[in-house]
Amino acid sequence: MDPLFPFLKELLTAPGLSGYEDPAAEIISKKWKPLVHEISRGRLGSLHGLRRGSGPSPRPTVMVATHMDAIGLMVTGIVDGFLRLTQVGGIDPRVLPGALVTLHATGAGLSQSIPGVVVLPQTRLLPPDIGLNPVPLEYLFLDTGLPRAKVESLVQVGDLVSFAQPPFELTGDTIAGHSLDNRFSVAALTICLEELQNRPHLWDVWAVATTQEEIGTIGATGSTYELHPNLAIVMDVTFAKGPGANDWQTNPLGKGPTLCMGPNIHPALHKAMKELADKLEIPYSLEYAPRHTGTDGYSTQVVAEGVPTLVMGIPLRYMHTPVEMGAVKDIQRAGRLVAEFIAGLALDFVEKIIWDD
Amino acid sequence: MPIIGNAQLRLLEKLCNASAVSGDEGEVRKIVLEDLKNHSGQVRVDALGNVLVTCSGSGRKRLKVMVTAHMDEVGFMLVADEGEGLFRFEMVGGMDVRQLPGKAVLVGKDHLPGVIGARPIHLTTTEERKQKIPLDALRIDVGPGGSKIKPGDRAVFATRYQRNGSVLIAKALDDRLGVVTLLQLVKNAPPNIDLLAAFTVQEEIGGRGAKVAAYAFNPQLAVVLDATPANDLPSWDAEENVSYNTKLGLGPAVYIADSDTFSDPRLVRHIIKSARAAGIPCQVRQPAGGGTDAGTIHKARAGVPSVSVSVPHRYSHTAASIALLDDWKNTLALLDAALRRLPPGLLATDRI
Repeated sequence: MDPLFPFLKELLTAPGLSGYEDPAAEIISKKWKPLVHEISRGRLGSLHGLRRGSGPSPRPTVMVATHMDAIGLMVTGIVDGFLRLTQVGGIDPRVLPGALVTLHATGAGLSQSIPGVVVLPQTRLLPPDIGLNPVPLEYLFLDTGLPRAKVESLVQVGDLVSFAQPPFELTGDTIAGHSLDNRFSVAALTICLEELQNRPHLWDVWAVATTQEEIGTIGATGSTYELHPNLAIVMDVTFAKGPGANDWQTNPLGKGPTLCMGPNIHPALHKAMKELADKLEIPYSLEYAPRHTGTDGYSTQVVAEGVPTLVMGIPLRYMHTPVEMGAVKDIQRAGRLVAEFIAGLALDFVEKIIWDD
Repeated sequence: MPIIGNAQLRLLEKLCNASAVSGDEGEVRKIVLEDLKNHSGQVRVDALGNVLVTCSGSGRKRLKVMVTAHMDEVGFMLVADEGEGLFRFEMVGGMDVRQLPGKAVLVGKDHLPGVIGARPIHLTTTEERKQKIPLDALRIDVGPGGSKIKPGDRAVFATRYQRNGSVLIAKALDDRLGVVTLLQLVKNAPPNIDLLAAFTVQEEIGGRGAKVAAYAFNPQLAVVLDATPANDLPSWDAEENVSYNTKLGLGPAVYIADSDTFSDPRLVRHIIKSARAAGIPCQVRQPAGGGTDAGTIHKARAGVPSVSVSVPHRYSHTAASIALLDDWKNTLALLDAALRRLPPGLLATDRI
């Protein structure tokens, strides 16, 4: 078994929905503590780990941001002991019927976990125009099987619902489960921190697990302002080629991370990372984001006076379903590439981030 | 006394977690045969794979009563290998394609994991999300690493059994609840009848195992143990749900009529009377669609007076169904009570 699996499986089992990331933050914090010199939480909950560089003070700083929040559901109402739901982050309701979930019920005080299923009511119990078409989220229920009175005493509107699909290994060094978006990148950043234990680096490194990315790249904005880095490297997942996904927006699964090009990314940073990957013979593909990258990079770039930003992706199949699938070796490649990049940062590198017009 | 205790719950867990798609019931059959290992009755496996058990009673004037529960479940068959670990598949048994995207599955006898994914929401359009994802757009993906998996292999939802107090959540509660119930009846066979127990195959594709089992047993009457959908959720517009099939928590459901079978009224009456006499809750299933092994059994040979009794459950034929422990316990208690007080002359009475 890959030494990364226990940590990865723990991460992929934790809830930690947008705005409520503590369960994920605790796992990451425990893992990072021995790898960084200081660790704290930002005002919006992001986890900030500082690894000091060996350059003379004041040193330039690089922030590596990976969001730790996950998509999920939230209770909006109780009808005869069944729960109505809304989404936290973008979910196609067509993947929900039959999904096993965990209800984090707070009606009786502290949160308690209750198993449940998102269910599709029978056609006759739905608006007549739905027929056998997909059912909008507003008409789906969460069923715990518990009696009505018990549900009413345990559940409060606003309670969170996370996917309960346990992670599992597939062939070809791949893994499937929920929240690979973006715990895969958190694992890559962890690999990077481990690599840096044995590699001298001049720059200070802020390892950041951001919050609320799925509802608008919120946490990264606050963290970038607070930490004020000279460079930001954002690692997030991206679309892998697979069933139903084969156009220009997709890249091969298990063939290395992607290096993203587009307005959110500083071309000089992109070029430097690409040249390094070529030199190290780490496989990668090029990804194109003509507008919004859909990552924290959209935020980090425009904080304060602006931060040169790089976006790296790990290709996943079936993103935002309970069975997202990705390749473990892409985590390792991405982690190693970022570690090498950081170890190679000269003190005057910031001056090289210029516009080559 | 037959009971549902910890041993039976463990057996249910093992059976729900086993893979036994119609036509490929071997894994459940093995568990059933293992459980019957020290049984004194005559146990045999027939040409289709049914497990047939004869428990002869000791009284005089014994009725020959066939009791069945089906071993198979709905699932998938892989039908084409498209390379890189991607397989096309077909559904086996009545399933709703809207229940498939985003599920983990287990493929083949070795339970190798796979997923049925869906295009990421980011790459879909609003218009597209109004259409269901058709079966031919779905694949079972086992990963690109190469494996023994091949077309012809069966797959089931990967859901693992869990119990939250009195709530049972699992795949294939239809009809593993019936299988454990029938195993308990066999081990505590009522002495007043000849119990002819059939653990059947291929129920989900038309009661085909039960058809030949009924011919072979040639019983005087039959009771089918199954699990029936409840459909007891609230209606979207807050109007009363009058189209429920059964309701969870109200006890075993006795069938009057479904798509395939009008139950024999003498058997229905006897079962309801037995419930009242023994103080066991029971409900009459709303006459409606659906079918059980009774559909083929009651037409076997010259005809077999039949009735079905089901544990009510929700979300049949999906990745995760829900049933209540008490409904299951009451189903076993009712069957035991009804069989023990079965009058030998019941079939000589009027059908009114």
